[in-house]
Amino acid sequence: MLEIKNLHARIVDDGTEIIRGLNLTVRAGEVAAIMGPNGSGKSTLSYILAGREDYEVTEGDILYNGESILEMDPAERATSGIFLAFQYPMEIPGVATMEFLKVAMNEQRKARGEEPLKIPEFLKRVKDAAASLNMDMAMLKRPLNVGFSGGEKKRAEILQMKLLEPKLCVLDETDSGLDIDALKIVADGVNALRSPDRAIVVITHYQRLLQYIVPDTVHVLYRGQVIKSGDKSLALDLEANGYAGVIGQAA
Amino acid sequence: MNIHTIPQRTPAETALIDAFSDRLSLLPGDGKVMLKRDDAIEAIKSGLPTRRIESWHYTDLRRLLTSVPDFDPAAAPKAIAPVVEGSAVLPVLNGVSSAKLPDIEGIAVQRLSEKLTDGSIAPGLDPYGADDAIGALNTAFVADGYFVDIADGTELDKPIELQNLQSGGQTHVRLGVRVGAGAKAVIVERQTGEGAALVSSVSQLLLDEGADVTWLIVQEQPDTATHLAQFKAHLGKDSKLTLFVMNAGGKLVRQEIVVKTTGEGADFTLRGINLLAGDTHTDVTMVLDHTVPHTASTEVIRNVVTGRARGVFQGRINVHQYAQKTNAKMACNTLLLSDDGEFSTKPELEIFADDVVCGHGATVTEIDHDHLFYLMARGIDEKTARGFLVKAFVAEVIEELDDEAIVEALEARLDDWFVAHG
Repeated sequence: MLEIKNLHARIVDDGTEIIRGLNLTVRAGEVAAIMGPNGSGKSTLSYILAGREDYEVTEGDILYNGESILEMDPAERATSGIFLAFQYPMEIPGVATMEFLKVAMNEQRKARGEEPLKIPEFLKRVKDAAASLNMDMAMLKRPLNVGFSGGEKKRAEILQMKLLEPKLCVLDETDSGLDIDALKIVADGVNALRSPDRAIVVITHYQRLLQYIVPDTVHVLYRGQVIKSGDKSLALDLEANGYAGVIGQAA
Repeated sequence: MNIHTIPQRTPAETALIDAFSDRLSLLPGDGKVMLKRDDAIEAIKSGLPTRRIESWHYTDLRRLLTSVPDFDPAAAPKAIAPVVEGSAVLPVLNGVSSAKLPDIEGIAVQRLSEKLTDGSIAPGLDPYGADDAIGALNTAFVADGYFVDIADGTELDKPIELQNLQSGGQTHVRLGVRVGAGAKAVIVERQTGEGAALVSSVSQLLLDEGADVTWLIVQEQPDTATHLAQFKAHLGKDSKLTLFVMNAGGKLVRQEIVVKTTGEGADFTLRGINLLAGDTHTDVTMVLDHTVPHTASTEVIRNVVTGRARGVFQGRINVHQYAQKTNAKMACNTLLLSDDGEFSTKPELEIFADDVVCGHGATVTEIDHDHLFYLMARGIDEKTARGFLVKAFVAEVIEELDDEAIVEALEARLDDWFVAHG
């Protein structure tokens, strides 16, 4: 489903190269964890997948269902089924959360050639999704993410993911800022989305989240490259021995 | 010996002076009123304000007012649906009030022409300061409008809409409202129409002790009209005024806001939205006097500038020496969407008391790229996402009004503007 080939990318503003020849393949139905120390390029990778303009791909390609997405803008990528759950979701004052959800869901539907949702059906879906994440509907009456705690923002991201039903989910440090109860709720939400035709990429610093979202594959990112891949036992190994060993082997 | 050099009059100045002679016999007023009119036209004869006058620095009226239309007795606009559904509408059509006055308990409505004729309005016709060109223009020509008296303790369950509609020519209107002690009201001042009109409109509001008023100015003149308006209010003890101003039209617009807190515990809130497009000029100028202790004010102005539009906000807060414990905050935020648009902000705080909290801030920004990315990352195309963010920037101010019917009504006006200028 996702194939990243020899990807090189840099920050547009200052030309700093962050991704330096990254290769990664994620198949449909797979949950892939990407781990790595601070500054290894994890968040950059998630932004590049979503199409953020601050980064420029200088070499290599990203194929999604066999087709390059490099020329697509973030909205086109999103409507084609790519979803990024942000590490730091934006607060956008003045944008009503419900209105935002409705427009976003209907854009997805439009891309699939479906009719816009009727209001009662839309409300029902939002209520069900919110209930499954233990979210109060009153929160959704506020402007988008405004005044949400860190944990509430993360839940809101998963809520959006549930509602938009993407094919490729990229979760950037979704565990940061969550207490253990919230972490379980969020992980349940993600696990509920596991399906044979969907791929999930979990970017995380710690093994903790992977106790709840058990990955099929684990990839270690260091200095903009995948330096080691393995199964879930690799994550446990990293937790026990730190990144130094793996980095040492690669060097 | 003084030597006055009288500059050559502009076509607009000449047209106004000539129009006064022509109209004089038609203008209502007793002796006192007619004397005020004389003073006013003398002020106009000495010239419209230019950029050399500080309060008109960014709006050189003499240069910008290039022509003045004739009065058009045939102009006949029709009353329109109010901004907030169910409001009691008091229409002023082409400068003339309606003889049919509404019968609402606790409210006494009088045609302003009567108050001019009997002279009872005369004290209100005085200029508020040395450079009161709008007051002078209005005083010289005003022929009608309304005076509304809301009795003590009256709580209106629906808004009153003062509807000033023109369809070309000149109209000069005055709207006076007294809100009695403990009374509560929502008043909409609607300013709209069509054609290349010159409109002057002066509103005067008096709040007695404990009165609570939300006053909404909705200005949607066509981009061919000149709109010169003034809103003046006195806030008595423990009274509360929330003034909301929306400018979404007009070729040349100046909205002056002159507010005095005259009683302790008075609370003034100004929320303004300027939606500026095309080749237009819009100026909001506020002069706020905190004259007594323990009064509060906050002002938030949000501007969206597109095309070649130019905008101005001047906010002057005078805290008098006696006005200790004043709490005043002012902010002016502009979203600049085009390279040719322009916005000038001039906050002025003049503080003579030593125990006060006063602050001001101004920002000019473009659309936040992080916000845009976030919305697009959810599949919302760039144009729609930008529209969302621009609307959000101003809608925030509307949502604060905290009355669902009003918020919805104003958002509908907002949507209309975005449809026309998106």
